[in-house]
Amino acid sequence: MDGAHDMGGVPWSGPVKPEPNEPVFHAEWERRAFAITLAMAMPGGWNIDMSRFARENRPAADYLGMSYYEIWLAGLQQLLLERHLVEADEVAAGHVLHPGKAVPKILTAADVAAMLHRGGPTERGPVAPALFKVGDPVRAKDIHPPTHTRLPRYVRGHIGRIEAVRGVHVFPDSNANGTGEAPQWLYTVSFSGAELWPDAPDPMLEVTVDAFEPYLEPAR
Amino acid sequence: MTDHHHDHDHSELSETELRVRALESILTEKGYIDPAALDVLIETYETKVGPRNGARVVARAWTDPAFRARLLADATPAIGELGYAGRQGEHIVAVENTPELQNMVVCTLCSCYPWPVLGLPPVWYKSAPYRAKAVKDPRGVLQDFGFELPPTTKIRVWDSTAEIRYFVLPMRPEGTEGWSEEKLSELVTRDSMIGTGLPKQPGEVA
Repeated sequence: MDGAHDMGGVPWSGPVKPEPNEPVFHAEWERRAFAITLAMAMPGGWNIDMSRFARENRPAADYLGMSYYEIWLAGLQQLLLERHLVEADEVAAGHVLHPGKAVPKILTAADVAAMLHRGGPTERGPVAPALFKVGDPVRAKDIHPPTHTRLPRYVRGHIGRIEAVRGVHVFPDSNANGTGEAPQWLYTVSFSGAELWPDAPDPMLEVTVDAFEPYLEPAR
Repeated sequence: MTDHHHDHDHSELSETELRVRALESILTEKGYIDPAALDVLIETYETKVGPRNGARVVARAWTDPAFRARLLADATPAIGELGYAGRQGEHIVAVENTPELQNMVVCTLCSCYPWPVLGLPPVWYKSAPYRAKAVKDPRGVLQDFGFELPPTTKIRVWDSTAEIRYFVLPMRPEGTEGWSEEKLSELVTRDSMIGTGLPKQPGEVA
C-alpha cells in the first residue's frame, strides 16, 4: 500500500538525531510491548509480513503521530482483534470478558533461545529459472497495490541494474494476505543517484533495493 | 513517526503504560503468553544480543584474512562461526568499506536491521528523518552524525526491503598493527557497522 511508512526520499524530514549512549528500551512499557509482540506470533499464527502490514496499514497521520513501539502495539492489537483472540470490549475494559480461544502452542521461557536461534529463514527452493542475471538493466514497475508490498515508491518507474541474485524467497505481497508463500526470485537492484533524484543528483551515489521478480521488467 | 517516547518517561503511569499492562494481563489470563518468556526475550536483547557481537565479527575479519573472505562471500555461516545467528539475521550480507566506497544501511519501509550482530535498532535508525534522507542525501545524514566524506568517495546505500540483512565491514584504523582481536573489537562502534560512523581511533581506547 502507498502509506506513510514508505519514507524513502520524502521531503518532510529534518535532521537525524542520534542519541549518545542510547538504551535498548526507553520505558518499561516498550520492553513489554516488544516482548509481547514477539511472543504472540506463535499462538497467534501470523507471519512477519502480516505483522508488517498490520503496522503500516493505518492513516498517515496516525502512523506519523505514533512512536515506534506504539505502532507495534497498534499492529498487535489489530491482529488480535481480527482473529478474535481478544475482543474490542476487552481492550476498552482493560480486562478479560470472554474465555480465551484454544491456541496451538505458546512460547515458554525454555523455548525462547531456540525460537530466536531458529529465526524465520525465507529462502525456498527454486520454482522456475531466474528471469534476470547480474548486470541486466531492469525497470521497477510503477505499481501501487492497495495491499502489502516491499517495492518502495521512490524506485517505481526507474531503471536500475541487477547487482546480485539472492535466491528464491517468500513473497511478502502474497504471504501478508494469507494466500501463501508464493516464493519468487529476489534480486538486489542498484540505481544511480542521478536516475532516482534528478533534482538533486549526487554523481557518487548509488542506492540498492532488494526487489522480487514480479516487481521488475526488462529495460533496454 | 515521532520520537516522543521521552514524554512517557515522566508521567508515573502513562496511558500507554496502562494499556500495555492491561494487554499483557489479558493475554496471560487467556493463556496465550507466559510472562517468564517475556522476561527472557527482554533480557536477551538488553544483555546478550547487541553490537558487541558485530564488533567481534569485524575484529575477526580484520585479523583473519580467510575469515574475512568467508564473511564477504557468505556472511550468514561466517557469522555463525562466532555463534551469532537467528531472528532478523537469517540471510546476512556483509559489505566492505574501502577508501573509495562508503556503504550505508537503511530500511526505508520499516526498521529491518541485522539483530544477531547489532541487536535492536536505535531510535534514529527507525525515525522518519533517517529513513527519508538516507537514500537521497546520505552525505547530509553523515553530516548529522558529525562527519564528512570526501566528495570523491562513492556512497552505496543498501535499502533493506526484503529479508536480506546488511552489515558493514568498516576499514581497520591505521596504527593498530599487532593489536589483538579483543582490543580491536573495542574500536568497532555500532554506527560504523551501519555505515553512519567510523571506528574509534587507536588513541580513543585505553
